[in-house]
Amino acid sequence: MRIRIKFKKYGVMKFVGHLDMMRYFQKCMRRADIAIAYSEGFRPHQIMSFAAPLGVGATSDGEYLDIEVTSTKSSRESLLALNKVMADGVLALSYRKLGDTDKKAMAAVAAADYTLWIKDGYQAPAMDYQAALQEFFYQPKEILVTKQTKKSVKTLDLKKLVYDFQVEVKEGRPIFYLKVSAGSVDNLKPELVMAAFYEFLGMDFNPLSIQVHRNDLYGEQNGELKPFDEMGEEIG
Amino acid sequence: MKRLALSDEILLSVDKPARYIGNEINSISKDPSQVDIRFAMCFPDVYEIGMSHLGIQILYDMFNKREDVYCERVYSPWMDLHQILKGRKIPLFALESQDPIRDFDFLGITLQYEMCYTNVVQTLDLSGIPCLAKDRGGDDPFVIGGGPCAYNPEPLADFFDLFYIGEGETSYDALFDIYKAWKASGKGRDAFLRQAARVPGIYVPSLYQVSYREDGTIAEFSPIEAGVPAKIDKQVALELTDTPYPAKPLVPFIQATQDRVVLEIQRGCIRGCRFCQAGMIYRPTREKSVDTLKRYAEEMLKNTGHEEISLSSLSSSDYTDLKELVEFLIARFHGKGVNISLPSLRIDAFSLDVMGKVQDIKKSSLTFAPEAGSQRLRDVINKGLTEEVILEGADAAFAGGWQKVKLYFMLGLPTETKEDQEAIASLANQIAVRYYEIPKEMRNGKCQITISTSFFVPKPFTPFQWVGMHSKEHYLDCAKTVNEAVKAQLNKKSIRYNWHEADVTVLEGVLARGDRRLGAVILRAYEKGCLFDAWSDFFDYGKWKEAFLETGIDPDFYTLRERSLEETLPWDFIDAGVTKTFLQREYQNALAGKITPNCRVQCGGCGVGKYQGGVCVADSD
Repeated sequence: MRIRIKFKKYGVMKFVGHLDMMRYFQKCMRRADIAIAYSEGFRPHQIMSFAAPLGVGATSDGEYLDIEVTSTKSSRESLLALNKVMADGVLALSYRKLGDTDKKAMAAVAAADYTLWIKDGYQAPAMDYQAALQEFFYQPKEILVTKQTKKSVKTLDLKKLVYDFQVEVKEGRPIFYLKVSAGSVDNLKPELVMAAFYEFLGMDFNPLSIQVHRNDLYGEQNGELKPFDEMGEEIG
Repeated sequence: MKRLALSDEILLSVDKPARYIGNEINSISKDPSQVDIRFAMCFPDVYEIGMSHLGIQILYDMFNKREDVYCERVYSPWMDLHQILKGRKIPLFALESQDPIRDFDFLGITLQYEMCYTNVVQTLDLSGIPCLAKDRGGDDPFVIGGGPCAYNPEPLADFFDLFYIGEGETSYDALFDIYKAWKASGKGRDAFLRQAARVPGIYVPSLYQVSYREDGTIAEFSPIEAGVPAKIDKQVALELTDTPYPAKPLVPFIQATQDRVVLEIQRGCIRGCRFCQAGMIYRPTREKSVDTLKRYAEEMLKNTGHEEISLSSLSSSDYTDLKELVEFLIARFHGKGVNISLPSLRIDAFSLDVMGKVQDIKKSSLTFAPEAGSQRLRDVINKGLTEEVILEGADAAFAGGWQKVKLYFMLGLPTETKEDQEAIASLANQIAVRYYEIPKEMRNGKCQITISTSFFVPKPFTPFQWVGMHSKEHYLDCAKTVNEAVKAQLNKKSIRYNWHEADVTVLEGVLARGDRRLGAVILRAYEKGCLFDAWSDFFDYGKWKEAFLETGIDPDFYTLRERSLEETLPWDFIDAGVTKTFLQREYQNALAGKITPNCRVQCGGCGVGKYQGGVCVADSD
């Protein structure tokens, strides 16, 4: 039986990287007595996979992992058991049974929502953000940026990969909202969009000045984006 | 939400920021305003090393069980953060509360190896606590040292207000109670130190004076006033089964060196190897009851979620109920996603059988530690391992399917000759011969024998505490001899040889048997940038050499010189249980090549019988 767990990551846990979060959850499963299934072989490992890695420094309300279990208690009991053994800064939000045909978390990711803001202690440049965003994002037909990976340099068109881009100004400080393509095919980091926006404005972009917060992940169903936590079903 | 001492900007610009955030599973959070004593426990090395240390986990658990104490942890900031803290004058902080160390009542530093001494100075410096104890006052924390290197605390005497000699389980309660009363009294620092000096096992270096002869040796070492004990008794927790043990050890987020449940099955060792300090200072050998260990294994795995459990002791094969314990662990956990790791087992039918069950034979290797190549030299060091036993062990291992063998030796041992060094290579060759005697169709390709040598460093409270060391060049010559001898072996293609650096050996030798005058060198070395000396990437002997030169201290005095049996040694004021007479007798036995049987076969009269515990009592039954 496959289970999808949604969790949020906040506070000091944002400094714990993706690989360490995987190790963290493996130990959580044992502490919470989740009947997780193990692989075959001399050193069996837990059958567990994460939807989309979150960078060190980012927080999230919508992280997902899939596990395989041999048996399970109800969603509610399992959540209670998990949250009893969590570190401060990780909270399990849902525990749902996946259908046999549901794609694996990693393969199912199609898009991600982010909120980004300028951290305390960094100046927010004064400007008309709405107008700037119109000029940068909504008016052009294409926005070409280059993405440097370990192996190559790729040219991307942000118009195709950014599904939504909004800005709201609170107390003189902008809060950005982004919905971008995510997953194994066209994964777009929100920092890359911000860097391009800053460059367009002729400003230096300091990634350390921006807090990245992931709101949720989406899968695709019949050409529509569907929030990840609507997949699967509650276990009564 | 938890407040951090470091900004996001700093944390996101250093390697592994999770080293500095605390918040680990099973870490303790208390309201500092509700406790009387704030204790910062430091392991002066990087987080991943420090978090792997059992002793801190034991004391952390024990201290925090007291409602009036809040014990937190601190580790050496890695080089990247060190630069930032120093440059921006950000005070070093404890992981739990993220509060500056300098606001604590105590800073406890565990001293596990000599090469961490500059990191001790770093901890003080970054905390903003005066490095020298004599410069401290007012609200500065009391800095207390412990651990095996505290058995010769003298090189660090300048930096510490107190040392705790021996096992922490016995005297900390008394020390804390005295501290609380002193704090309430409003008296000066000296008043506390004077009272603390009367607590068993506590050594207050400022209450002792040393004078030297013209030749540099110690003329007299004595308390400066009446009421200060002339001898410090090492502390021993006699009933090990009943002493507190952390059922909920801390679980780090980043992978520590020891990422597993560690079950301490016994303390001490019955073997009496003459080079081994642990085997002498942790006497008498004391075992924990197997039922208690089974219970701890269950609880600790449940409370941590670790996927591996390991046994900890100096010589697990000597644990009386090993078979019962190991069979329990295998039956209970094997195949349930929990690995069982069994270090320091003697190779015999039983250990090969259980290791065959819990290890992947094809990938794992078997380890032998003959320590010396020839039987003559093994008798000198009292390593009761004969060539016959090694070869029989290798036979059994090869028959069981193993192909990889690791051999550990020391070079530069007392009385060692070129023949002894060459014997290392021929022993390795004989093991290979045994492998190739197996019919071809029954073996699986080539065998791999790896020889590793380290250079012997004489330690206090061992029968070799008087012997002279050698120059760096001599050590490297020893390694060269072994290397050439390996190349001359018939099975040289199956043998690999690794040896250690020699500079670090020489420095370790200076610090291990040094006296108070070395404080100046350590401080100067730190000021010159020496840090993380245990890490070969950072160790810079050139800077240490300058530090010796500039402080007018000759390292050769501490290393090359053979001490006379009459000389007052810097650590003579400590009663470690083993008597000087015993150590002298063992030294003579060593020179005569005479072995001493283990504690269970025959009492060697080492002196620890006075504690009336452990193997000493069991034997008289």
